[in-house]
Amino acid sequence: MGDHLKDEKSVDRPFDAESYVDAAAALIGLPLDPAHRPGVILNIERIADMAALLMAFSLSEETEPAPVFRP
Amino acid sequence: MSDVDATALGIAAAVRSGRLSAVEVAEAALARIASRDPALNSFTAVTEARALADARAVDAAIARGEDPGPLAGAPFAVKNLFDVKGLVTIAGSRIDRERAPAPADAMVIQRLAGAGAVLVGALNMDEYAYGFTTENTHYGAVHNPHDVARVAGGSSGGSGAAVAGGLVPLALGSDTNGSIRVPASLCGIFGLKPTYGRLSRAGARLFATSLDHVGPLARSVGDLAAGYDAMQGPDARDPASSGRAVEPALAELERGAEGLRIAVAGGYFTGTGEAAAAVARVAQALGVTRTIEVPEAARARAAAFIITASEGANLHFADLKARAGDFDPMTRDRFLAGALVPANWVIAAQRFRRWYREQFLALFDDTDILLMPATPCSAPLIGQDMIEIDGALVPSRPYLGVYTQPLSFIGLPIVAVPLRAPGGLPIGVQIVAAPWHESDALRVARALERGGVTSAETADG
Repeated sequence: MGDHLKDEKSVDRPFDAESYVDAAAALIGLPLDPAHRPGVILNIERIADMAALLMAFSLSEETEPAPVFRP
Repeated sequence: MSDVDATALGIAAAVRSGRLSAVEVAEAALARIASRDPALNSFTAVTEARALADARAVDAAIARGEDPGPLAGAPFAVKNLFDVKGLVTIAGSRIDRERAPAPADAMVIQRLAGAGAVLVGALNMDEYAYGFTTENTHYGAVHNPHDVARVAGGSSGGSGAAVAGGLVPLALGSDTNGSIRVPASLCGIFGLKPTYGRLSRAGARLFATSLDHVGPLARSVGDLAAGYDAMQGPDARDPASSGRAVEPALAELERGAEGLRIAVAGGYFTGTGEAAAAVARVAQALGVTRTIEVPEAARARAAAFIITASEGANLHFADLKARAGDFDPMTRDRFLAGALVPANWVIAAQRFRRWYREQFLALFDDTDILLMPATPCSAPLIGQDMIEIDGALVPSRPYLGVYTQPLSFIGLPIVAVPLRAPGGLPIGVQIVAAPWHESDALRVARALERGGVTSAETADG
């Protein structure tokens, strides 16, 4: 099995996706239809898994974000 | 050669020499769409009046002794996120049907039309380009011409099916995470995702601007290169446009793979089953024995995933707030979740993108071309939620982009070339070149085509 399959699995982490979705949606003024909420929670968990992989990698302070603004 | 198999360059040669009229060609293309597309569902609009008018203009130019352009009379169609003058640009959505008709063609359509190509219609796609299967709830799934029970790939699924089904020799798609290369692989045709910033996106509906590219799909490498050449050139209306001058690729093709240093990408990019077999066949045909490890591709995919979700959600935020229920259920919850992604992750993803780019540029010091699978498998069935890869069941829709997503992330130019898996279904291999070296990837694709390694014949549909 390739490494890329591992990132599909949930990793254990102290993260309450339901509370986060409700609080973050309220913060940005995004109403969530109760019918859509379970799918949104599932997707934020999937994104959080991706982010866990990304955030475990340390970057030097000199590594700037890729997009460069040209005035 | 029957008209369904005709290449854009073959048609242009016949039209330019007077053996065929552009109007005859357009009428034949329109007739093919009428008879064959009901089984494929690849078109969402057919621009019949415009096609015939443009074709008459090509014939009139020839009659006046003028040069009608290198693609004279060649029919093409575009993913329905490209502006077509007078049509509403729906981008696979129901919401955008309320927009005003586009006042002008997208820049790349203007350039193809300027080369004499004749637009015949707009093509189905995943809503707002957020998908790899084109199972669009509003407009129906696109059917794979090689097996209509299967998906055509996405998000440029209509583009893949229209070309593979012989309706048009050339189509335009867009690719943010694999949306040209995935349908090219599953439909058994060639697709080119050029370097980020090479082709203008002006007049094309954005998805995730950091990662959005546009490019051609075709059944021959010559058509792919000719279409690409016609669309090149700077455009101040696209902030990502590099400003590079035109660097024609078509004239380079017959140089083949000679002198190019080619390696197979290992590690993450080692496919399994039919995907690995396809890469092995390409490597063997090219005499490649070297394998290079590409670091941190899983993290690159994760970073691309995060940037896509957050930029896509921000773009559609007003509609997500006001009318989330009007989105396609296939995209809706991903867009909604994308609006909730913390900035900390997005900025980390953009910083990782720069780091990852530097790793790849170092690899290209002693290598010109990397070979890797385009998709992990051939086309899943329409409606199939899970696929088995190497004994593990994984969600099919996101997983189709596992090999494409880490590469568009850093904007590398890539040609997807079609092979046949043992069961007869198509599967693609990515020919990956260094930034701005599209012609290297196209030369390798041409060498494989000339050697009979690739297979892009029209499906019966």
